[in-house]
Amino acid sequence: MSQDNKNRPLLEIEDLRVRFGDPVTGREVVAGISLSVAAGECLGIVGESGSGKSVTARTLVGLTGRHAHVSAKRLTFNGENLLGLSDRKWRDIRGREIGFVLQDALVSLDQLRPVGREVAEPLRLHGWGNRALREERVIDLLGQVGVPEPAMRARQRPYELSGGLRQRALIASAIALDPKLVIADEPTTALDVTVQAQVLDLLEVLKQRGDALILISHDLAVVSRLADRVAVMKDGIVVEQGPTSKVLRDPRHDYTRSLLAAVPSSHPRGTRLLLRDPTTPRTKIARPAQTALPHGERILTVEHLTKRYRGPDGITRTVVDDVSLHLDAGETLGIVGESGSGKTTTARMILALTQPDEGRILLRGEEWSSLPERDRRSRRPLVSVIYQDPLSSFDPRWSVGQVVDDALSREHYASADSRRRRVRELLGEVGLGIEHLDRRPLQLSGGQRQRVAIARALAPEPAVVVCDEPVAALDVSIQAQVLDLLCDLQDQLGVSYLFISHDLGVIQHISDRVAVMKDGRVVEQGEASAVFASPRHDYTRRLLSSLPTPSFERVEVQTTSVERELAVGSLRR
Amino acid sequence: MPSLSTKVGLWTRHRMLRRLVGRVAGVVGVLFAVSTLTFLAAHLMPGDPALTILGGAGSHPTRVELLAIDRQYGFDKSLVVQYVTFTGHLLLGNLGTSYILKERVSTIIAQQMGPTFVLTIVSLVLSWVLAVGGTLLTARRNRYTSAFGSGAEIFVAGLPQYWLGIILMVVFAFRLRWFPVEGGTGVAGLVLPALTLAIPLAGFIGQVTRDEFSSVMEQPFVLSARTRGMGDTGVRVRHALRHSILPGITLSGWALGSLFSTAVIVEAVFARQGLGQVLVNAVSQRDIPVVIGVTLLVAVVYVVANLLVDLVYLVADPRLRSAG
Amino acid sequence: MVTSLTEALVVGPGIETHVRRRRRLSFRLGVWLSALLVVFVTVAAVDPSLLASGAPDTINLGHSFIAPSWSHLLGTDPSGRDVYTRVIYGARQSLVIGLLATLIAMVIAIILGVTAGLGGRWVDALINRFLEVLFAFPGLLLAFLFVAIFGTGVVTEVVAVAVGSAPGYARMIRGQVLAVKGSGYVEAAYALGHAPRRVISRQIVPNAMRPLVVLATMGVGQSIVWASSLSFLGLGVAPPSPEWGAMLDAGRDYTLQAWWLEIFPGLAIVLCTLAVTSLGRYFQQKLDGGIGA
Repeated sequence: MSQDNKNRPLLEIEDLRVRFGDPVTGREVVAGISLSVAAGECLGIVGESGSGKSVTARTLVGLTGRHAHVSAKRLTFNGENLLGLSDRKWRDIRGREIGFVLQDALVSLDQLRPVGREVAEPLRLHGWGNRALREERVIDLLGQVGVPEPAMRARQRPYELSGGLRQRALIASAIALDPKLVIADEPTTALDVTVQAQVLDLLEVLKQRGDALILISHDLAVVSRLADRVAVMKDGIVVEQGPTSKVLRDPRHDYTRSLLAAVPSSHPRGTRLLLRDPTTPRTKIARPAQTALPHGERILTVEHLTKRYRGPDGITRTVVDDVSLHLDAGETLGIVGESGSGKTTTARMILALTQPDEGRILLRGEEWSSLPERDRRSRRPLVSVIYQDPLSSFDPRWSVGQVVDDALSREHYASADSRRRRVRELLGEVGLGIEHLDRRPLQLSGGQRQRVAIARALAPEPAVVVCDEPVAALDVSIQAQVLDLLCDLQDQLGVSYLFISHDLGVIQHISDRVAVMKDGRVVEQGEASAVFASPRHDYTRRLLSSLPTPSFERVEVQTTSVERELAVGSLRR
Repeated sequence: MPSLSTKVGLWTRHRMLRRLVGRVAGVVGVLFAVSTLTFLAAHLMPGDPALTILGGAGSHPTRVELLAIDRQYGFDKSLVVQYVTFTGHLLLGNLGTSYILKERVSTIIAQQMGPTFVLTIVSLVLSWVLAVGGTLLTARRNRYTSAFGSGAEIFVAGLPQYWLGIILMVVFAFRLRWFPVEGGTGVAGLVLPALTLAIPLAGFIGQVTRDEFSSVMEQPFVLSARTRGMGDTGVRVRHALRHSILPGITLSGWALGSLFSTAVIVEAVFARQGLGQVLVNAVSQRDIPVVIGVTLLVAVVYVVANLLVDLVYLVADPRLRSAG
Repeated sequence: MVTSLTEALVVGPGIETHVRRRRRLSFRLGVWLSALLVVFVTVAAVDPSLLASGAPDTINLGHSFIAPSWSHLLGTDPSGRDVYTRVIYGARQSLVIGLLATLIAMVIAIILGVTAGLGGRWVDALINRFLEVLFAFPGLLLAFLFVAIFGTGVVTEVVAVAVGSAPGYARMIRGQVLAVKGSGYVEAAYALGHAPRRVISRQIVPNAMRPLVVLATMGVGQSIVWASSLSFLGLGVAPPSPEWGAMLDAGRDYTLQAWWLEIFPGLAIVLCTLAVTSLGRYFQQKLDGGIGA
């Protein structure tokens, strides 16, 4: 049997089906997929929410849950049939033979236990060594995955570690027993780009060590960086599968093509992200004449803005530090930065929801931030906002129609009739129909909710819309629709956007000018094309090099990180 | 780096100490306010306390007798003077003298406090055992077990203690004769009253524990633990349990205080000695010093219990140690 | 940023909604039964003669201590009064006491809670301290104190129960107001340029009051239990009256010979409370689960 197994893949899946609920009539989440992974190989699985990729991953460790029905023509791992394994056998395989890394280590590690105990857990469960040996092994493992001061970190709890270190610890616990296969389900999704790059480097090292790796992500770019082969999933089936470079360069399936097209970074400003037009026809409505803006007028001037906060620990931190920006009519200023860079605080000050400590903001050349709220109120309709999570910004009692109506000016639309007409117009503009008027936002999809938020933002006929991570929670294809919509609306209405995002690709796609923020400061600012083509500041360069782009040739990852070299060294030992 | 983290550690400890001092100061403040409030309430009440002392309206005392009582108890002084005297005595541990029993209130309370304390503590422990046991055994099992568990909790939490006590007494003391009917100072006499108090409370604690337990079992870190090869029992006991008892712990301070006052009912049902009997008699006879005394004691127990709960919570949830 | 987390939620709930849907079906039966019971009790409270033929206080010494039978469904008491009739007639008093006590408690609580939530830092701190002091009288203790001062009787019983339960509601309402005040949609309303008065009347108050229906429904159950506890201890309604707690108090001395004197009035309280509470929970689920989602 060992002879036979040598040439066979480590993991073989043939016609895997997973159904929830009733075995016959239940919802089929995975509808007959076939995959295989060989030792030392990395398989990438790409798909949007609901594609069944996570369910597939969980099926491979027998954790689809009580209400799932799993069937397959073949499901073998290392020559062993995984179908119908007893619970005890499964537990033996999990952690020992197959390691599993979930996304967002803050919630994937037990908050109440020290990190070291979490890492030691697979060792203890599988009877590895004694307590003292395990403690040593944990420190060794944490060191291997590039956690500095592993002995100290092992005693800390997950929330005391940074996101990158947590994810490393989670990986350490998955590889504690040297499993033959590691499954990583969105391992970098909640991380900043630079940290994401480090974690991907670490996974690369694992792969080079000879482990088989299944990397699951919604992000083609992330997958393409590591995977030898890619499987694209949609609605529970694999629509396309093949060597990474081939799939990316010459996608066969329409869906793969639209996915690739939807990645904003590969498409400069002014091009549409969608291959096909969205099915809902859009009515084009001209902006009411009284508020038409002359192109090029200075809408927003931000001068030396500074904001300090006193933390719960009593230390005062400068969250926004001497930020100066400006925004002209009809243009988009992109603000890009990682978490904690102060971009959202800047946005809140521009919205006059937070008072700056120093500096001032002028709106169309007139005082804005320094005004008392009472005097500012009448001009607030000039500045609108779109949030990342639109749902929480809608009154839960209100229907879509009421939400948009609330934002209409009572002066321009005095009668109920004129308001009703305007609400319909606005919904039409953002691609929603009359049938959505009486629905509650809760009943809409994420993309539709964001459309409602856009309609509401445009209702007061603003000069500038502050967009705070408006597409961060959306799937790529939905993200593409929303970005296209925002661009169309700008062309029609001449409105300015202050667009905030952590995603360089999105920023590159949508911005005329870009400001890069780090630790509260604007480190670089200029024309988008110039900043992306020849970044002047170190940090911008680092951001750009961390950005995973769908690479057609899988080139070796270039990182200057010393940590990575260290990690490679210790893992190869 | 290590030096920084030790500094942070020291810093955290310093802040915790400050927080603790703040809490204790708050407790003292609340107790002071409670005593003032009870004093005011008791002295703004309608009716003449001297009459009560002399045996109520039916006893037809003479004016001279009433005046003598007024002088003896200080009712003739102004409210401010009475308040100052009351607070001064209180600080010395003197709760005054019962109108009816003509005994020092502190003596009465000291005599009757023991059984009530034992009863409430035993009940609290018992209800935790029942709640945690019920959650571990029935939460997130198959449909029927889970439904039974949560249904039982809702039902039991709504049971009035007096009725539950009577039912338990009829079934276990009268019919089955497993336990003594009334009184009974030993362990056997404690079982039914303790169960009476513990079962509804277990329903309450069980509900919050189960809710938390169910949501914790959905958390990614539970999935993480399973992918390492941990079994169902392991996940329940080692991961979910600790998280799920946290909300119940916050509830326990309130619960202990509430047990103390519902013990009154249970003591009445089982004719047990204790503060309950004292309080009910005092309330119905308007023996204000005793009512004030017992009330203050319960308030102290409540406030101290909540302080302890805060400390226990700090131990159980390390996240709070670093957060503000 | 949470793309895959939402997927986990989509997949997870996929399993969960299925289970929940089934649970909801079996839950509906309980809701129907509860509703039926509430209707029954309401009828008993409005016109007891529709449900019981006799009078609650007809003394018939020849028929004392009759065990439950066809002629006396729930037995008779020492004076030969029919327990079933008395339980039916007791509904009015118990229900009215429960409703009134809850109503008074809610009014006090809304005034305190909303003032604290909207009144700014100092008002909030003041009311919060006051509530904290009241919380030091846990459970029934505040009610006991109230009865001790104002004497026994129906009116004091109602007010005592209301005063005892108001601090808890007040704190919940305050929390609700603060939560709504800090919510995204209130901020969005301010960002649109709406005046504070408009935001308070159109967003904050209506949204903060949303859970009150549930709170009040469950509160009625609690009030009935508390009031009957006072009566049971002889601190509320006096025994000859057919109020449920008072009936229990009257039957206490005969527990050994006539268990039905204690079981049935108690059962009435338990079932009534349970019905009201499960209706409250049902409303809560409807609220939490969004409207008609």
